[in-house]
Amino acid sequence: MLDDVAIRVRQNVGIVTAVLLFAVLYVLYNLSHPKGFSSAVLVQNSDEIFALAMLAMAQTVPVLASGLDLSVGAVMTMVGCFASYLLTGTAAGAPLHLDIFGLHIGLGTFPGGVSGILLGIVVCLAIGALAGFINGCVVVYGRIQPIIATLATGAVYIGIALFLRPTPGGKIDEDLNWALTNSLGDFAATVHIFDDGAAGWFAPLAWIPVPFVLLILIALVVWVPFRRSVLGRAVYAVGSAEGAAYMSGLPIDRAKIAAFTLAGFFAGCGGLFLAIQTSSGNADIPQAGAYTLNSIASVVIGGTSLLGGTGSAIGSIFGAMILRVISFFFRIFDIAPLLQPLFEGVILLAAVSIGALGVLRVKNTLELFR
Amino acid sequence: MSDAVLTQGAFLELSGISKRYAGVRALEGVDFACARGKIHAVLGENGAGKSTLIKIIAGVVQPDSGHMRLAGRDVSFATPSAANAAGVVCIFQELSLMPDLSVADNISIAAPPRRFGLIDARAQRRRAEELLAEIGCEDVNPLMRVRDLPLSRRQIVEIAKALGKKPQLLILDEATSALTSADVEKVYAMLARLKSDGVAILYISHRMHEVEALADRASVFRNGRHIETFDKGRRSTAEIVQLMIGRDIAAQYPPKPARSSAKPMLALDKLSWEGRLDRISLRVDAGEIVGLGGLDGQGQKTLLLALFGVLRGVSGRVTVEEREVRPGSPAAAKSAGIALVPEDRKTEGLMLPMSIADNLVVASLDAISTGPLVDRAKESEAVKRAVARLQIKIGAAGDAVSTLSGGNQQKVVLAKWLMTEPRIILLNDPTRGIDVGTKQELYRLMRELADQGAAILFYSTDYDELIGCCDRVAIMYDGRIVRELQGDELTETNIIASALNIDASAPAGAGAVHA
Repeated sequence: MLDDVAIRVRQNVGIVTAVLLFAVLYVLYNLSHPKGFSSAVLVQNSDEIFALAMLAMAQTVPVLASGLDLSVGAVMTMVGCFASYLLTGTAAGAPLHLDIFGLHIGLGTFPGGVSGILLGIVVCLAIGALAGFINGCVVVYGRIQPIIATLATGAVYIGIALFLRPTPGGKIDEDLNWALTNSLGDFAATVHIFDDGAAGWFAPLAWIPVPFVLLILIALVVWVPFRRSVLGRAVYAVGSAEGAAYMSGLPIDRAKIAAFTLAGFFAGCGGLFLAIQTSSGNADIPQAGAYTLNSIASVVIGGTSLLGGTGSAIGSIFGAMILRVISFFFRIFDIAPLLQPLFEGVILLAAVSIGALGVLRVKNTLELFR
Repeated sequence: MSDAVLTQGAFLELSGISKRYAGVRALEGVDFACARGKIHAVLGENGAGKSTLIKIIAGVVQPDSGHMRLAGRDVSFATPSAANAAGVVCIFQELSLMPDLSVADNISIAAPPRRFGLIDARAQRRRAEELLAEIGCEDVNPLMRVRDLPLSRRQIVEIAKALGKKPQLLILDEATSALTSADVEKVYAMLARLKSDGVAILYISHRMHEVEALADRASVFRNGRHIETFDKGRRSTAEIVQLMIGRDIAAQYPPKPARSSAKPMLALDKLSWEGRLDRISLRVDAGEIVGLGGLDGQGQKTLLLALFGVLRGVSGRVTVEEREVRPGSPAAAKSAGIALVPEDRKTEGLMLPMSIADNLVVASLDAISTGPLVDRAKESEAVKRAVARLQIKIGAAGDAVSTLSGGNQQKVVLAKWLMTEPRIILLNDPTRGIDVGTKQELYRLMRELADQGAAILFYSTDYDELIGCCDRVAIMYDGRIVRELQGDELTETNIIASALNIDASAPAGAGAVHA
């Protein structure tokens, strides 16, 4: 049994390292923060982490199947722009129309109220998944390498986002914004459950940030079952040895499409949250690019091999959190913001180098290439 | 044997199967049948059509014409999984394992046990343990990643994976080529059990003694045609070999010249590494072929890697022509005049998608370059010379090296190193999975190189080969050289006895006899 534990730890050394590194950094951060270890700091941090954590999960799935997805930031941005139309929450609903080629086409009214918001969330997530599904189909049926296929589709998605929101704007329901970006106590007070959050049993949980709960929920309800499904297994198999996976009769094409679809879904979650958090839609191209690159960095820091086959979305979440905590330090130590990219780059290099330290212990240099 | 007897009680029947690849005939009007409860060997040189035959049966490729019947019903398999569903399971020479997944994952990859729609990790592990136990290899932990297992263990996992599919027809394509001797015995026992359960078994191997030991019946293929099928004992080994190559073989091994004055080329003094090599002292003279024998996995491959600069932290002295060398990388070993034909030609020997020409010159680019640029004229000259010298059968030098047959690929690996004009040639099981004809060419070439003054260190799992080719054989056991055999001592009995380290009365080549 001890043997088994040792094997598991050895196989997940990347994730374990990321978790430990995050724990150390975050404790240090709270120690140096004047209001450290408080619910307020935790809530603020969770809000800032959530979108990148979702994008990191999104990036993980195609990477496991040894394909990069350069469109995750674009999908996030596009879904955010859709959300800024669909989640207005006005009681009368939101009238939708399409202005194209000088035409003004009415598209009816999107329902308002709570049911309208719930429907809007479902539609936004479906749009994200659809974008991912299209990526998967282009890769599988177009037989185009993922990196170039998603570069192209990503540009299309950004184009759609720009079409929807040429300038930042739109509006998101204020209650929705308040409920999802604060603590569980605020959530309960907003949606009027648990005696508006005043129930005695609820008090010990009230400090927990909502985005943190959402993150855990999405990981448990979406990622864990996927990893243990036949399709999830096939994704790992494709990334590990595609030829062998084919010869073993695995559904390779379906696995790849599933990987990109899931990536689109996670990116959609990120975009939805970002729109809710900022209460608007914004087709911000540099931001989309930065999120895409940071998602790749998160995946690597989280112990997933870019070659595919090994790693986990859970590790990537920790990778994203490490990246974010690093930027938190800038605020505390009041370092000139212009230096931030430089520091981030250096720290990213250092973090990845720690992961590569094992190379020095290898006595048979042939193993470096396996 | 008449066709009536051949197809009597046949489980699988092929009739008139033909297949061409880009106009090249791979199979031509092949009729073939095999029965339940029999081990049926399929013999032939590389390129004889065996692989194509198997691929057709296993659903990897589709025949251009002909019919296939399984248990009396017409079948055609569009994919390997369709074949699996019909009970046809193949263990391919190229392993079909996913290195980053665990042993248990790999064994149940196609149809894992499930609970609530999700993979049941515990049941999957139990299943892996049961299947491994069936082969007698309980020591493989199902949690291990396949990547972390040695090649011989991976092959066991591959066999367990096939067993898990409950085969009616099991095809083994060189499936024992990487196994240790102990594991081979276990696999034989397992095959015997399957046979008595009525499974039809097709067995492809280049090792004649395996075929003799196992097969109830054998079919010989040559040039894409089925030549003859006969029952066990009807044909002698010599006759079978002749059927396979379609010509007489003069002498299988080139004669060994009498050796007189010896000039030491390579000398090892107390070489040790990580507990896997234990104070190895060995001398290889110019013009000498020294074999490394013993059971698989006793440090022979490690020794070759150590000499080639692949291993870090090797202690002891290596001298080449009495000058100490300490290669820290394969590049350094190359400049010291050492060449290695590695274990796995597909990953370590060749860049498969690159052209034959590129592969041939890749180790000797210095010699054909002017400044930083490769001289195209010199390059094509060098390629031509190499192809002619080793008689490599190629279409065009610009074709991808992956298009060649296994034997010709191995010739490319060897030719690549010969271009560097090495003084010391290390060979790591160079004839694994290679047909008889090419093997003989390689033996001749080895002797020729030795005669020209090279020192050759030759590891082989085939004892026959060691006896036939080598001037001297060092037997390794547990990282040590336990005995050196030469001249009349060089017999199969002696090799096996020393390999098992059971001959306590024999003088040990280095160090004390293992207690």
